[in-house]
Amino acid sequence: MDLVPTPSQTAGPYFHLGLTETRSVKCIADPQTKGERIWLTCRVIDGHGAPVNDAMIEIWQADAEGKYNHPDDAQDKAGETTVDPAWFGFGRMPTAEDGSCEFETIKPGRVPGSGKVLQAPHLNVAIFARGVLKQLYTRAYFGGDPANSEDPVIALVPPPRRQTLIAQPDALRPGHWSFDIHFQGEQETVFFDV
Amino acid sequence: MGGLTNERSIAQYHRMPPGSQPPSLYEPYRSTVRRSPTKPLIVLPHTLSEITGPLYGHEKIGETDNDLTRQHAGEPVGERIVVTGRVLDDNGRPVPNALIEVWQANATGRYRHHSDQHPAPLDLNFTGAGRTLTDENGSYRFVTIKPGAYPWFNHYNAWRPAHIHFSVFGRAFLTRLVTQMYFPGDPLFAFDPVFQSIPDEKARQRLISVFDLETTQPQWALGFRFDIVLRGRDATPFEA
Ligand SMILES: [Fe+2]
Repeated sequence: MDLVPTPSQTAGPYFHLGLTETRSVKCIADPQTKGERIWLTCRVIDGHGAPVNDAMIEIWQADAEGKYNHPDDAQDKAGETTVDPAWFGFGRMPTAEDGSCEFETIKPGRVPGSGKVLQAPHLNVAIFARGVLKQLYTRAYFGGDPANSEDPVIALVPPPRRQTLIAQPDALRPGHWSFDIHFQGEQETVFFDV
Repeated sequence: MGGLTNERSIAQYHRMPPGSQPPSLYEPYRSTVRRSPTKPLIVLPHTLSEITGPLYGHEKIGETDNDLTRQHAGEPVGERIVVTGRVLDDNGRPVPNALIEVWQANATGRYRHHSDQHPAPLDLNFTGAGRTLTDENGSYRFVTIKPGAYPWFNHYNAWRPAHIHFSVFGRAFLTRLVTQMYFPGDPLFAFDPVFQSIPDEKARQRLISVFDLETTQPQWALGFRFDIVLRGRDATPFEA
């Protein structure tokens, strides 16, 4: 390492102009994408419990087979080294007045973690906002998935805080999930130093 | 399998050197107080989830996407400038096909954004948003006008130094960078908590573009260089 990475600065309150006004991505999965279709509502809440209406959420995820659309993912899945051709895997949305935004996607498959252990299905989440000097990283896992109990990343988290990483299914609307991100407070989300 | 990754081992990206990045909580920047985690972050060993990310090599960049002075019928008011530089990783290697998105205020310090209430005029000939891809040498170039300084409500008589917002996608989700580029010699640096939030003085200076006579075009526009360094990694996989 010879050079020092450029410092991060806040995205500020006007990022919509350059990032989401013309280039938001709500549908991560096209209609022809393989997999279990889901709708995920993310909500961002500040330290006073107020909704954060000027945040941007970015999501990066694997396809239904657990493969990322990236040359560094050399996994041979089901005899195919290529990702689902209808798959890119990236989404980004600004939050609305109520602090929330919705993504339409598919539930990702399991991807390898450290060692031989498979990770449980998860979405990689980054949060940008005014007052956030460098993006915060977290993950959204899926409530009720038996793989969560053997996930090596969840295992790094003190047990009382693990539930902050788990998206919850909506009992009334099949396929709909909600994931709340609390910057602070009793429910403070687990953020990762990646 | 070999190469940089297989299912057992991942070449880990370098961690950020201490002081090179702002903390989450920097009290003089008031909005951080309710928006910064209070519990320690959990250090993640890098897996495929962290070292992959959206790649933009096949994006179409429109003809005026990197020229913010040609997006309307007329020319925007202001000091025309060329902003150019390279995107490198921390090993000094160029990052090709990096998507760079920029946004900025106009010459009066006003953003074309519904929540910007600064009573300075909008410019019908200026949107203030652009995008481009780096070439095989990691180089990029924008033509725009110099943004104005603008007031904000952080503290009494608070003004942001003139800046252009930059968003960069490198090779991985963890190399994602959103930052701001400043202009040399701005008298507002000492009073700006966003700029001052970076602990290391040398790291702070890296956000200040450099006036460059070679980039400057005679009878047309001043040139500024702004190089961007993203996190890199060693070639040898780390046995996890
Ligand atoms: Fe700004």
